[in-house]
Amino acid sequence: MVDTTAGIAPRARFLTRERIIKWAPLLVLGVLVLLFPFFEWLEDVRAGDAHTYLLDSRFFSIRNAARIGISATPALMVAIGVTFIIIMGSIDLSMEGTVSVCAVIFAFVFIAWGGTVLSWAWLAIPIAMLVGAAMGFINGLVHVKLKIPSFMASLAMGFVGTGLALLLTGGDRVRVEDPIFRSLLTERWFNFPVMVYVALVFLLIAWFIQSRTTLGRNFYAVGGGEELAHASGLNVERVRLMGFTLAGVFFAVGALLAVGRIGIAETATGNNFMFVSITAVVVGGTALWGGIGGVWNTLVGVLIVNVINNGMVVIGLPAFLQDAVLGILVIIAVVLSTDRRSVSFVK
Amino acid sequence: MYELRQVDKTFPGVHALKAVDFKVNRGEIVGLVGENGAGKSTLMKVIYGAYQPDGGTVTIDGTTVRFQNPRQAMDHGIGMVFQEQSLITNLTVMENIFLGYEAQFVSLGVINWKAMAEAAKQQLAKVKLDIDPATITSELSFAQRQLVELAKVLTLEERVDGDLVILLDEPTSVLAKEEVELLFNLVRELTKRASFIFVSHRMDEVLELSDRIYVMKDGEVVDVVAHDNADMDAIQHKMVGRDVDKEYYREQKQKPYGNEILLSFKSVSQGRRYQDISFDLHKGEVLCLVGTEGSGREAILRTVFGLDAPTAGTVEIKGQTIARFNARTGVDLGVGYVPRERKVEGIVAGMNVYENMTLSQMQNYAAGGVLRVGEEKSLARDWIKRLAIKTPNENKDCGGLSGGNQQKVVLAKWRSGGSDIILLDHPTRGLDIGAKEDVYEMVREMCDAGAGIILVADTLEEAIGLSHTILVIKDGEFQKRFDGTPGDKASPYDLVHHMI
Repeated sequence: MVDTTAGIAPRARFLTRERIIKWAPLLVLGVLVLLFPFFEWLEDVRAGDAHTYLLDSRFFSIRNAARIGISATPALMVAIGVTFIIIMGSIDLSMEGTVSVCAVIFAFVFIAWGGTVLSWAWLAIPIAMLVGAAMGFINGLVHVKLKIPSFMASLAMGFVGTGLALLLTGGDRVRVEDPIFRSLLTERWFNFPVMVYVALVFLLIAWFIQSRTTLGRNFYAVGGGEELAHASGLNVERVRLMGFTLAGVFFAVGALLAVGRIGIAETATGNNFMFVSITAVVVGGTALWGGIGGVWNTLVGVLIVNVINNGMVVIGLPAFLQDAVLGILVIIAVVLSTDRRSVSFVK
Repeated sequence: MYELRQVDKTFPGVHALKAVDFKVNRGEIVGLVGENGAGKSTLMKVIYGAYQPDGGTVTIDGTTVRFQNPRQAMDHGIGMVFQEQSLITNLTVMENIFLGYEAQFVSLGVINWKAMAEAAKQQLAKVKLDIDPATITSELSFAQRQLVELAKVLTLEERVDGDLVILLDEPTSVLAKEEVELLFNLVRELTKRASFIFVSHRMDEVLELSDRIYVMKDGEVVDVVAHDNADMDAIQHKMVGRDVDKEYYREQKQKPYGNEILLSFKSVSQGRRYQDISFDLHKGEVLCLVGTEGSGREAILRTVFGLDAPTAGTVEIKGQTIARFNARTGVDLGVGYVPRERKVEGIVAGMNVYENMTLSQMQNYAAGGVLRVGEEKSLARDWIKRLAIKTPNENKDCGGLSGGNQQKVVLAKWRSGGSDIILLDHPTRGLDIGAKEDVYEMVREMCDAGAGIILVADTLEEAIGLSHTILVIKDGEFQKRFDGTPGDKASPYDLVHHMI
């Protein structure tokens, strides 16, 4: 009985499950973008003011788009890093610690070596990325060599990172005031700050890695069938190690953009990245059990999360509701993207 | 007493059961045989309540019943002994036996373990298993677990008024010959308590044990044979619906193999899996390892591929002695492994056709870690044409292809990478007849192209039909070698004789 159904071509349907899963996140994003201006319109009409839908919207404006871009870019970098890990069917929860450590070490080195990008201090940027890579590598080693489940290994490494950052700073804030570095935020091209373009470049790099390199292909192979990847001669352990290392690098980029955005590096720099990035990846449609999804999904996911956050501020909903809404969104996203016929029990 | 009349079951695209009549009398052992996909498992699922029939009636002692789930079927005395054992291995034997029926031992929310152990002992006595009911199940041998499973089903006796019908799905697949004999004696004895439906791929066992045999093909019962008139050839003929002949296995295309040795096993042992195995595989040769499940056939394949290192002896591939055993070494030396579980080890569902084909040879399509996707795609297009793979294009998700076409993708993966030692582990399992013939055709082509093939076949007929050389393995030890040329081959009987 095994393959009798597979031999028969399924009737061509427009709304297949795969199509829905593929396009649902983008659809949600579109609906959200049109929904928030609707609330504004409703409010103004009730107050008796003139309001042209979309045109008079505070939410649907270039200014606000730039604001969303600024808040989304560090999270996007972190989320891209964790996307690779989730494609492999693992998970990485070390982002908050890694981001803090990278931010703090970057700030220390940057200030010690001149405090401006025009001196040797620019080396702090690659050093921060190396630190991120090292953290990720250790994370991977703990996971692969000590055979500890990735969520536990990375969660622990995250705590180590947060502790390390606190140890380095002693709880102080480190200010990075170099105007050239801060131009990440202050310099704007076509209304958007430079950091958005930097993030775009890294997004394209991530896409290249995902679709055009053996490493990216290996991520999908390991996530789609670890046994098979092994039986095809892939070194699964090495792929995992490289995945965690790569994720570390993207966490470091996220840290740099986060410091560029507020001009401060501290232990708290990493706060909130875990929830936002995991939420974004899942809401974007990357499957938690691996093998499906990618960085474009994550881009859409990050935008959904940030549009909701921003939109709720614009229409004046209290901040504590935002996390609750995102939490519900995660559950809906997983329910929609899980083929529950094939998974009978979940531990 | 238990009867199905004109039972029908349809799935999207498949008419799985067509007006099936099926009857079990009190104390009878009924055999059920058919090829993969003939409808046996669907019929079983209807019987034990996992599927509801679309049409027809089910009656027990003349009363019409309809089961919504297996639990209801059990309450009517129908129990199932699963092929994939259904015991939970980290629980004790008694907990497994009474799983879901603990209520009888509970008072005030607390389980009376002593009473449960006592009751479990009674159940175990029925299957003549003398073990402590508090044993953790994972400590038992497979044969013992099988008996516990049977004991679990036999608890129905106390719970249900009326007669029991017990389904045995491939109960012997994990058992040694002596254990099979014990199980059969037990089943014969238990016919006092219950009727049995015995489903097995092992025709000889079905013939031996069953009072009547139902033969299924394409969702229909094509024959019912009484034990005394049963004849293996006639039944097989009915199952396949035509002669299993030389044409089928492409025997006329079998050519003598060359002199060049591709692979050489010299007194190789691996722990307790197999001992002192020696053979040479030549260019153009199909060498078939024949034995029962667990006889060591698969372990030998795994060693050739490099997944499990041997504990003694030497393995030479193309004159080179293997020192480090891992899958990479195997792949690099041209060994390709087509595993039994296509979904688990054969193709990555979710990756498309070309990605699957180059999975084992990505380094040939990449420079500095960057893939040349264009080349991958043209390779895939080439092989889609050569093997007539039915897919709209090379970008299609492999998970959406039929089993036969998935198998072709797996073969294309190894052959396009230049592998010339191909290990086929049940390559036709779960394929329909047309797809099987495609696989046989490919086996002959690979031989013509100079590859050597080690085959673990789905059936003895397949092993004989395809191979030049047959090595019979039993309990990890070499038994006998058969050399066959077209028209002059061993018979299944010769092989079975040495297998068990």
